[in-house]
Amino acid sequence: MDYLGDLQAFLPGIITAVAGLAVITIEALKSGHKSAHWVTSFSLIVALFFGIQSLGTPLQEAFSGMLVHGGIAAFGNVIILLGTLFCVFLSNDYLEGIDHNYNEVYGMILFATSGMICLAGANDLISLFLGLETMSICLYVMAGLIKNEKQGAEGALKYFLLGAFSTGFLLYGAALLYGATGTTSIPGIGAAASSDLLFLAGAALLLIGFLFKVSAVPFHMWTPDVYQATPTTLTAYMATASKAATFMAMILVLSRALPSVEGLDWQAVLSVVAIITMIFGNIIALVQDNIKRMLAYSSIAHAGYALVGLSAATQEGYSAVAFYLFAYTIMNVGAFGVVAYYERNKGLDFSDVNNLAGLGFKKPMMGVMMSLFLFSLAGIPPFVGFVGKYYVFAAAINANMVPLAIVGVLASAASVYYYLRVMVYLYFREAHKETEMIDASFLYKGALVILAVLTVYYGIEPILPFGGLMELITGF
Amino acid sequence: METLLNITIYLPLLGIPLILLSKNENMKKWSALLVTSATFLISLPLMFNFDVVNSGAAQYLTEGGRISSTLDIKYLVGLDGLSLLLFMLTTFMGPIVIISSWNSVGKHLSGYLAMLLLLQTASLGVFASLDLLVFYVFFELSLIPMYFLIGIWGGSDRIRATLKFFIYTLVGSLIMLVGLIYVGYDAGSVMSGVNFTLDWRFLSSDIYQIGLVEQTYLFLAFALAFCIKVPLFPFHTWLPYAHTEAPTAGSVVLAAIMLKMGTYGLIRVCLPLFPNAFMEFAPYMATLAVIGIIYGALVAMVQKDVKKLVAYSSVSHLGFVVLGIFALNTVAVQGAIIQMVNHGLSTGALFLIVGMIYDRRHTRMIKDFGGIAKRMPIFTVMFMIATLASIGLPGLNGFVGEFLILNGSFFSELYDNKVFAILAASGVILAAVYMLWMFQRVMFGPLENEENKKLVDLNAREIGLLVPLVIFMFWIGIHPVNFTKYSENQVTELIITSKEKSLAVLETSKTEDLPEWANSFYGVDEETESESLMVSTN
Repeated sequence: MDYLGDLQAFLPGIITAVAGLAVITIEALKSGHKSAHWVTSFSLIVALFFGIQSLGTPLQEAFSGMLVHGGIAAFGNVIILLGTLFCVFLSNDYLEGIDHNYNEVYGMILFATSGMICLAGANDLISLFLGLETMSICLYVMAGLIKNEKQGAEGALKYFLLGAFSTGFLLYGAALLYGATGTTSIPGIGAAASSDLLFLAGAALLLIGFLFKVSAVPFHMWTPDVYQATPTTLTAYMATASKAATFMAMILVLSRALPSVEGLDWQAVLSVVAIITMIFGNIIALVQDNIKRMLAYSSIAHAGYALVGLSAATQEGYSAVAFYLFAYTIMNVGAFGVVAYYERNKGLDFSDVNNLAGLGFKKPMMGVMMSLFLFSLAGIPPFVGFVGKYYVFAAAINANMVPLAIVGVLASAASVYYYLRVMVYLYFREAHKETEMIDASFLYKGALVILAVLTVYYGIEPILPFGGLMELITGF
Repeated sequence: METLLNITIYLPLLGIPLILLSKNENMKKWSALLVTSATFLISLPLMFNFDVVNSGAAQYLTEGGRISSTLDIKYLVGLDGLSLLLFMLTTFMGPIVIISSWNSVGKHLSGYLAMLLLLQTASLGVFASLDLLVFYVFFELSLIPMYFLIGIWGGSDRIRATLKFFIYTLVGSLIMLVGLIYVGYDAGSVMSGVNFTLDWRFLSSDIYQIGLVEQTYLFLAFALAFCIKVPLFPFHTWLPYAHTEAPTAGSVVLAAIMLKMGTYGLIRVCLPLFPNAFMEFAPYMATLAVIGIIYGALVAMVQKDVKKLVAYSSVSHLGFVVLGIFALNTVAVQGAIIQMVNHGLSTGALFLIVGMIYDRRHTRMIKDFGGIAKRMPIFTVMFMIATLASIGLPGLNGFVGEFLILNGSFFSELYDNKVFAILAASGVILAAVYMLWMFQRVMFGPLENEENKKLVDLNAREIGLLVPLVIFMFWIGIHPVNFTKYSENQVTELIITSKEKSLAVLETSKTEDLPEWANSFYGVDEETESESLMVSTN
């Protein structure tokens, strides 16, 4: 056994887990010490460095086949760590602003990230479940961070109950698959796949568990309430990193454990789910006045676009989904970050879109960046969101699913309205009251600027002579 | 020269930081003017060095690397006969638009100028790109600055107008995106070594043919996007709104450049890619075009607002362009191309003139004016020339385009029916009615309104920005060959190759098992029709 090699394979996960312990220790010794934030940021940067280094390596097994690393799993790690890092950058200022800057939050983030890395590299149903639960439990805690308000408690409880419920589905599905095939290893299940009822039921339940976690319709009920209740930068973390991790796990499971056996047509199931998710998410988002709920419904719709790529069930489709998650993470963290920036101003209820009136000109940089992120979310070129959507729809069209792609583009045309609506308030309406804006730290603004630059850069990268991110998303 | 083309496209974009960094308002305006003038000057050699004889081949090509070994998505820009005039029109309008808004921007000047410059780069990119995905990116990018221009600096109902404009055009182009991706994979399966390509040079060549059934759907998807942009009746409803609410500069760019992206797309993309569908749908498109010509003119006639009148006249004029394109003979298509430029010049000038009078009186209602010719003689002359150019008076540019279009569609074997040209010709008469009637009510008659008595004539800046437009109105009107020569060879070649391609597709379709509707729609079994197409291309 090559223990050292195994540890190296899981290095990003180990770094984050150890850093989590360190943060908890710092807090225990010196409550509220500022170093916790820096330890968190630093460890994430180091983990991201190792993650980026393993990009483009072939997919390999580690820990006796419990985990995989390299290839698509490495790309998943990069997305997760990138999303986490930027959320941590933004969190310090924001949580300070709402008087909830506890060091435990960073500990939770680090543990959750470790769980996500395990989830996104799972090669066995056991490690998949382990990663999923580590992630979920930490997220439940974060959802209830603002415990003195009714909303916070409600959101956390709802998240916990529905989350536990969905985990039950997933676990039950795993048990049935084990019963049908006699193994928990993902490639093993794929090799022993059959059309008997036990296997099919197991696969169905497993899929339901996943769809709960990525908040696909009709399993999305918890999303808006939880997103609204959670502190905004942590919402960004939930909406991006955890979704990315779950989707990466789905890619590994779908492509390797569930081959096309007779009677198991998950492609059709996923495309139907994708259609209703895109339509439902976008239509409900149209009528939201609370910008966080609007972003919550928009994130439901974005899960729908990612499902379009998954239901293509081709290599191209899977890499399209991976790229889409990358795009989604960048622009969504950015959008939540700007919302959090406005929200830090106490005494102003920025959850109502009306109160954003005229702010675009008051803080020009923030307004421009918000516009970039929103245009990108709407899928308008030349931003990264367009490239992501382009890849998933292209994958669907190439897999002879033209109607699915048409529904997708029409849904995304409808979505443009509510993204533009935010800009209508930011720019086209006059401010109706004088507000003194609190400025954010250099780190906060710098993080948003980097996200904005990435949004534009990866939007034009495909036609740049030295591009090639897509080339790195290989190895299934 | 290749570098020069790229500099021309991106110089306006690179000028944006210059404006944001400028200290005071005057510096901002001057630097914007400097950037756009430099862009225009740099673009001039592209026109002088253009190889007219080989206008069919793209010149000044810049070709980037492929995104991956199997996906032929790349940066590809160049100019050919179809795009050169529109490209030059765009760089030409740049400084004019900046000067026109010298004193009329009330707020957020840097943002305004930055949006105009971004729009300039996007428009230049649309006309120069030869990879259809790059084309699409620029096509969509042009929406963003226009969205803000109307939304921030527009009139009272600007929010509704800008949302309508944005979403309307976006729905069309998103459906086109699906079509584009489909074409990309379809063409990739023909091209060796790749599985996706949107290189226009390959798509328009005779190697790549699309089956009749696919052509029908794809043509509808692409034509929808372009017809919304043109806008062709009945997709025109966003246009009067957007035009009336937009600030003057926005209206000018919208009319002179952005609407042309639609008609340009019809020639650039629809014709060479889907020749059979293009020809079979031609009578239907011509019907819509003729309805648009007459409907636009009739609605323009009853407008009380001068700007709205000009906006509806655009619907009418662009109907001519579409009619010419679908007539598909050299005369008519040449007429359509020069008419795109003409419409840009004359309607652009009209919007500028409406803006000038609005700056003075803060109203655009016809009833508020009357008799102002006495107060503003120079203004009257300019307005008169632009009006007559728009009507199509011989000797001015509008006549050239309309004459060629009507002449070409009269003999078009695709329409095979002279009614189209006859009805369209009535649009010219109607244009005279609504334009001259408006002109008479605004400029002549008794000078009664007290406010109008205080009007001052045009200043040097305003004269200076109208004079170049007027020069070109005369130049094109008197000696059109200086302009039509650029596209002539390419248009002739394009029509011949498209017709040959359509015959080849029909030939292969005979062996295939097509659905009944496709057989009858395209007349696959009828020998005679395909042969009659062979006869004359001019």
